[in-house]
Amino acid sequence: MSESNENKFSPELLSFINEWKDKPGNLIMVLHKVQEEQDYISREAADQVAALLDVPLATIWGVVSFYHFFKLTKPGKHNIQICMGTACYLKGAQPLIDELAKQLAIEVNEVTDDGLFSLEAVRCVGCCGLAPVLTVGGEVFGKVTKDQIAGIIAKYK
Amino acid sequence: MSIVHVKINGIPVEVEAGTTVLHAARAAGVRIPTLCYHDDLVPFGSCGLCIVKQEGSAKIIRACAAPVHEGLSVITDDPEIFEVRKTILELILSTHPSSCLTCIRNGECELQDLAAEFGIREQPYEVRLSDEPKDTSSASIVLDPEKCIKCGRCVQVCQDLQGTFALEFIGRGDGTCMAPAAMLALDDSPCVKCGQCAAHCPVGAIYEKDEIGAFRAAVSDPKKKVVVQIAPSIRVGLSETFGLPAGTVTTGKIYAALKQLGAYAVHDTNFSADLTIIEEGHELVGRITKGGAMPLLTSCCPSWIDYVEKYYPDLLDHVSSCKSPMQMHGAITKTFYAEKAGLDPSEIFAVAIMPCTAKKYESKRDENMKASGFQDVDLVLTTRELGRLIKNSPVDFLKLEEEEADSPIGEYSGAGTIFGATGGVMEAAVRTAYNVVTGKEMERVEVEAVRGLDEIKKGTVDFDGTPIRVAVVHGLSHAKEVLDEIREANANGTKAPYEFIEIMACRGGCIAGGGQPYGANDILRKERSEGLYADDKKSTFRCSHQNPSILKLYEDFLGSPNGEKAHHLLHTTYQERPLYKA
Repeated sequence: MSESNENKFSPELLSFINEWKDKPGNLIMVLHKVQEEQDYISREAADQVAALLDVPLATIWGVVSFYHFFKLTKPGKHNIQICMGTACYLKGAQPLIDELAKQLAIEVNEVTDDGLFSLEAVRCVGCCGLAPVLTVGGEVFGKVTKDQIAGIIAKYK
Repeated sequence: MSIVHVKINGIPVEVEAGTTVLHAARAAGVRIPTLCYHDDLVPFGSCGLCIVKQEGSAKIIRACAAPVHEGLSVITDDPEIFEVRKTILELILSTHPSSCLTCIRNGECELQDLAAEFGIREQPYEVRLSDEPKDTSSASIVLDPEKCIKCGRCVQVCQDLQGTFALEFIGRGDGTCMAPAAMLALDDSPCVKCGQCAAHCPVGAIYEKDEIGAFRAAVSDPKKKVVVQIAPSIRVGLSETFGLPAGTVTTGKIYAALKQLGAYAVHDTNFSADLTIIEEGHELVGRITKGGAMPLLTSCCPSWIDYVEKYYPDLLDHVSSCKSPMQMHGAITKTFYAEKAGLDPSEIFAVAIMPCTAKKYESKRDENMKASGFQDVDLVLTTRELGRLIKNSPVDFLKLEEEEADSPIGEYSGAGTIFGATGGVMEAAVRTAYNVVTGKEMERVEVEAVRGLDEIKKGTVDFDGTPIRVAVVHGLSHAKEVLDEIREANANGTKAPYEFIEIMACRGGCIAGGGQPYGANDILRKERSEGLYADDKKSTFRCSHQNPSILKLYEDFLGSPNGEKAHHLLHTTYQERPLYKA
């Protein structure tokens, strides 16, 4: 397995893993930390965790494929999350997804060819008063309408 | 162990504390339907079919997983329980195709049996099938996610029994698949092809790569002479397919059936098991007297070889360079036998009937398997495939007159026969190595210490003053303990406390191999093994070095054991292999 620089663990991450190495329940903790640093769990990262914790790769894959939280593909530079919680859904989140998908020419859980944007439908983000809500990176956009989409995308280009 | 008193449907029964409700019910003569449960595995409770009611409680419990306690009273059947179980089955059937007629498990499917038992006549729920494609990448095993009922037996087998971790629950909910990590194909995973997943699968979701067609094509090709060998454990395995009691020895009928199916000649792998013992026995004695990596590890089992190449490549020097009996037999078939029979080796189509799915892979694994100058073994069929082949043919197996194997590579000793059971290779090797070292014959050839189903069997055999420490492991997950011991000793520059170790991948050995008839549990394993040991006991020759055909083979053809010709034809090399190919 070739190790690209991109998936190399930082000294902080390695020392975190070392600290958790022999503790029960370490796998989830470590995987959280890996995703925090690398935005997703790459095959290379999973291989490294397998070697560092002496856990079979299959076990790791069982965990990361079970929990929606873990991402198996590299998200775009700007990850657009559309809230599909009850309020946002009722307030028209689906048309927003459709519009984003159309303008970015990707489906949900895909990344644009230039790696700039990815699209994700998420559960309630906790600001139902602003429904429908989407977030880009950490920035929240509330009461979004279809005709605002082009502007939001342009802001991050 | 304390005894507790419980009632099953009002029937009082005394069982040990900690016994599950399911086993207490069995002790009381009450049958509870099960699907995900398997005697070999820790109860997993995924299907819920074994639910029962606990009297005085509103709780419904899973009989397979719930332990009994003093005074427990259980109801295993009433109209409500029946309806719940039936609904569970109907829900399982809502994600399972109804293509029973064309399924490899037709007639041998646990789900089909239950659907019949519960009288299911319609599918009340919308049917939603997985659209994951079949994984046909492996030379040995096919995964068909569409038929998977997600009972999890295969994952438990692969991880807990075999310590291989090729399969895992991937994904969640109804999208869950029993598959390798990272969306990889089975052939690119750590799978060792043992086929225990297939042997334990209750439905047709995992099965051996069926190659019956290639056999039919070969026997109907006038340019081919089909020469068949049968492995030691086939003689006790196939009987169950035809309704005979487990462990019934049907060697002569199998020879006869193969002849009727069009074989030009039928030989016995037991002959080459004897040959293996001569080669491996001399290798062992050579390493003891002249040096070499110790302890010596056996090499008959292709899944074990695949495992050691992937998980313990640093120990490859310890593995005997002997090919498996099947491969030795193939090499001898296309050289010595061809010459004796006046055949051109290029016209021989060598078929091996094996209890094992990994043998399919082994026969094509590298250039060493072409030692005769040709593919030494052209086709491997499992016991299950042979069973189907016979059932598809006009052969009436039970009425067949027994026949003999064809010489000069059909004769065998009892030592060759017991190769099919865990400890058998060790026992056979001891019988011959004793003779090589001491020049004498053992007074009593039975080596009880290496028989039976204990996971790791250890013992010391006295070679006239020289103690030979042996260990026998079956079920790959238990190999780790012994292998780690060797690894640690090597790291410390010391020696692990053994001279010779036998490892077989499957629990019980080949008698319960991944290609044997379905349903193996420890009761069947014991009965199948007893069949082999009984056959050994009545053999004219009990030791490989007494087999006259083997002696003649060395005299006429091979020269000396471990000699140049033997080395070329009968020995092989190993290489480190990555756990994941991609």
